Amino acid sequence: MIQDTIAAISTAVGEGGIAVIRISGPQAVDSAYAIFKSATDIREAATHTVHYGHIADPRTGEVVEEVLLTVMRGPRSFTAEDVVEISTHGGYISVKKVLDLVLQQQDVRAAEPGEFTKRAFLNGRIDLAQAEAVIDLIRSKSDRAFSIALKQVDGKLSRQIKTLRGEVIELLAHIEVNIDYPEHDVEEMTSSYIREQCNKVITQVDRLLKTADEGKILREGITTAIIGRPNVGKSSLLNALAQDNKAIVTDIPGTTRDVIEEFVTVGGIPLKLLDTAGIRETTDLVEQIGVERSRNALNDADLILLVLNNHEQLNKDELELMELLKGRQVIIIVNKTDLENQLEMDRLEQLYPPEAIVKMSVLAEQGLESLEAAISSLFFSGLLETADMTYVSNARHIALLKQSKQSLFDAIEATNSGIPIDIIQIDVRTAWEQLGEIIGDSAGDSLIDQIFSQFCLGK
Amino acid sequence: MSYEAGQYDVIVIGAGHAGCEAALASARMGCETLLLTINLDMVAFMPCNPSIGGPAKGHVVREIDALGGEMGRNIDKTFIQMRMLNTGKGPAVHALRAQADKFLYQHTMKQTIEETDKLTLRQGMVEELIVEDGVVIGVITKSQAVYRAKTVVLTTGTYLRGKIIMGELIYDSGPNNQQPSVKLSESLRQLGFQLARFKTGTPPRVHKDSIDFSQTEIQPGDENPKFFSYETQYSENEQLPCWLTYTSEETLRVINDNIHRSPLFSGAIEGTGPRYCPSIEDKVVRFADKPKHQIFLEPEGRNTSEYYVQGLSTSMPEDVQLSILRSIPGLEKVEMMRTGYAIEYDAVVPTQLWPTLETKIVPGLFTAGQINGTSGYEEAAGQGIIAGINAACKVLGKEPVIVSRSQGYIGVMIDDLVTKGTNDPYRLLTSRAEYRLLLRHDNADLRLTPTGYEIGLINDERYARFLAKKQFVEREIERLKETKIKADGEAQQMLADLGSTALQHSTDALSLLRRPEVTYAHLEPFIDAPAELTEEMKEQVEIQVKYAGYIEKQLLQVERLAKMEKKRIPLDIDYMDVNGIASEAKQKLSDIRPLSIGQASRIAGVTPADISILLVYLEHYNRVVAARG
Repeated sequence: MIQDTIAAISTAVGEGGIAVIRISGPQAVDSAYAIFKSATDIREAATHTVHYGHIADPRTGEVVEEVLLTVMRGPRSFTAEDVVEISTHGGYISVKKVLDLVLQQQDVRAAEPGEFTKRAFLNGRIDLAQAEAVIDLIRSKSDRAFSIALKQVDGKLSRQIKTLRGEVIELLAHIEVNIDYPEHDVEEMTSSYIREQCNKVITQVDRLLKTADEGKILREGITTAIIGRPNVGKSSLLNALAQDNKAIVTDIPGTTRDVIEEFVTVGGIPLKLLDTAGIRETTDLVEQIGVERSRNALNDADLILLVLNNHEQLNKDELELMELLKGRQVIIIVNKTDLENQLEMDRLEQLYPPEAIVKMSVLAEQGLESLEAAISSLFFSGLLETADMTYVSNARHIALLKQSKQSLFDAIEATNSGIPIDIIQIDVRTAWEQLGEIIGDSAGDSLIDQIFSQFCLGK
Repeated sequence: MSYEAGQYDVIVIGAGHAGCEAALASARMGCETLLLTINLDMVAFMPCNPSIGGPAKGHVVREIDALGGEMGRNIDKTFIQMRMLNTGKGPAVHALRAQADKFLYQHTMKQTIEETDKLTLRQGMVEELIVEDGVVIGVITKSQAVYRAKTVVLTTGTYLRGKIIMGELIYDSGPNNQQPSVKLSESLRQLGFQLARFKTGTPPRVHKDSIDFSQTEIQPGDENPKFFSYETQYSENEQLPCWLTYTSEETLRVINDNIHRSPLFSGAIEGTGPRYCPSIEDKVVRFADKPKHQIFLEPEGRNTSEYYVQGLSTSMPEDVQLSILRSIPGLEKVEMMRTGYAIEYDAVVPTQLWPTLETKIVPGLFTAGQINGTSGYEEAAGQGIIAGINAACKVLGKEPVIVSRSQGYIGVMIDDLVTKGTNDPYRLLTSRAEYRLLLRHDNADLRLTPTGYEIGLINDERYARFLAKKQFVEREIERLKETKIKADGEAQQMLADLGSTALQHSTDALSLLRRPEVTYAHLEPFIDAPAELTEEMKEQVEIQVKYAGYIEKQLLQVERLAKMEKKRIPLDIDYMDVNGIASEAKQKLSDIRPLSIGQASRIAGVTPADISILLVYLEHYNRVVAARG
């Protein structure tokens, strides 16, 4: 376990400044070297040195990001292992592109929650008293990660992965039966059969990867709902966010129009703005929320922007709504500060901490920075981590899908060069395990079960 | 009246395939050993198929031999047919399989045991274990003999509360109508062991003269047979063929018409049967769309007319068995000599064992073979030799021997049993091993002979031969690296004949040998092979060169996991004390008490997060212990 190399974004991804991707483990330097274009060969670099260069996709040569890269060799590093830290220009999209490339390198995997700290402890870098804290960290974070994983495991992706694995294991069982029951009258395993089956699975993996590319950004944003009563300035806010922050994607093809409205980045943090009924003007606020779809959208949201009118007093609907949103991540936007204050600010301040209340005038283009700051601070404090976690496991999924595809290619390659089936089996099995890692299932006995359920064997 | 019958170092109860290996290993390691069996005529008896080996199982026989065990030597002396299976596949899964003269097999084994120093073979049924202060110190037999010992190995096979089932006929019995062992099972229960109820079965036997062989296909042995033991150089055994036929539509009809009389479906059988060895009625029901099933007819020995009907294991009533037999082409007029039957028996839930095969509940007590929930002679013998070695090690005050998963199929099997347990009688399959390419039939000696030598089961002479072989192979690989092959007429012709790409310029012999289609034999005319190189060594060279890339990959994986295997878990850890481990995992860890983090990670229900927390806890624990000095 300590032998593999792990990587993760080790700073909260925020606006402006820099973001750091940390890689730790025996492959840290080699994997960084593979994607780092620079005048210096970092494999030869002394410990605790900083190098300037570019991160580029080793297959296409495409430059992704200009970075500073720090090499720290074990045991003089945080984890006491070889550590490479890549400092990038903070923007969420570019950071994750870099992380993506790192995770595609051999023997590098996404760090589990708390894993850098755990390694630091196991390697004797952290004080004894911190052991319990580390345990708590692993358990609490992994429980959270588990619930996130479950969210995905229940989904379409996991069903498709299961189907794919089903096909791979059928092929595996076929190969195994040929090996373990050589005299049985089961169908002889031919190279053309193996090729055919592998190709079939590769096609499906490709299809999955394609949707992953299209849907990637969507899944990675912080799901955000803008709500408020009519004419409070929601649409203007949406437009302001979209224009000022250069919407990366609008009207994404293939997505359901009634769920996604806009995808924007605010200070480098991607927001997926949900189309609640409130955005499309309706007259009655309670009715808006009563709409099933809009309620779902609210439930799905990681962040809720509740827009209020500075020029009017709080009404009954708004008070009900605040009650409904208790315990959720809410930013109150007091809009129209260019008009005279009629809103009961003291009442609001009793209900919400000051950092959750943003005064602005969308029309006068005032206060947008405050909103960005409020969102960033939520993000930095880790309260909006959900989206981040989902992203990491997604990058992991994509990496694993690509690896499994490569393993299947290796199997075909081996078949073509006349390698015996028990050796081809190694590649096929690897593919099966890689797919299993996506859904957290690597149970070894299922192969044996498959063999006995699929074939009639016995003396 | 009980009487003191003798004092030994090690007592082995049961003289089947596990018991024989255990007793021989213990005695050869210098321990005074007593081998007790219910019936002296049943030593190393084969109650089911008269054959040894096949994929994974044959590998185990090679491993037993490499450790200094007897099964390989014994079958080499007594086989009536030898076949290398899977020759069309990679070297890792080549598998030797022998048909045995089952009577000669058991008599030869009995004689070896009788002639072994420090080994006493006695007839007697053990009814009770004597346990004092929680430690086993001896056994009491039905005839009231008290034998005392420092360690005891239980290899009871299918005798524990054995029950034979043949349709409506059900009676208490060991295999082949031997006396069952009833009281010993009770003794184990009282000591606190959790027992499972398993089932296995055997097909009917028929008379050779009543078979119409013209309706069957001949299955001859190999022309140049290989042997199981690294010590066997040649054998002049004349080989006998087996015969292949198939069930007919009539067979399916007979079975379906009588399925209500099958104890399997009427509920008379409570034990769990092996999935890999289903009875014919099970196969017909579960795989209803399969039109016919293979039936092999195998001679049971040279001096008998009995034939074993492989593929027809059944617990149907006797009259139905005869109808089934006679529905098979070639067996229309067959005479059934013995009826097939199912047998139920008690087994010890194997998670109650340490990887040394010593029980956790009663120190000094070891179990091996079918009692541990396995099936098969080879699986039994593989555990037997390990239990015997470790029972002796305990007496001698030596470190126990644990074969790792990357070292042998024996290690895979024992680790599976003690870590995961088993829900049905466990059979080894090559697919159970994650490092199949390392666990080859050809390299069992490289994997285990050093261990055998260390514990004293391999003598100096054999070890010297082993070292020489190893050295010759290594040297030859080095030499091939340096040997140039010119891109001239003869070499090009050889490559062209093999459909291989022509050489552009001269190259070293090693690179050529890496090509899948080029064998060592093809290269011999060009490389001036050293005279002392035997066929076995050449094979070794070829395999090590050809599959080097894949072998290295697996070695790397092993190396990585080795760190986890080496992280020992102190035995006095109270898992209930470890904060943060999920409660299901706590329970599992407390039950299994894994010896290493590697073993812990293989327990079902223990998640990677639990392992993380355990690692942190262990580090904490070790520092506290270290601080205390």
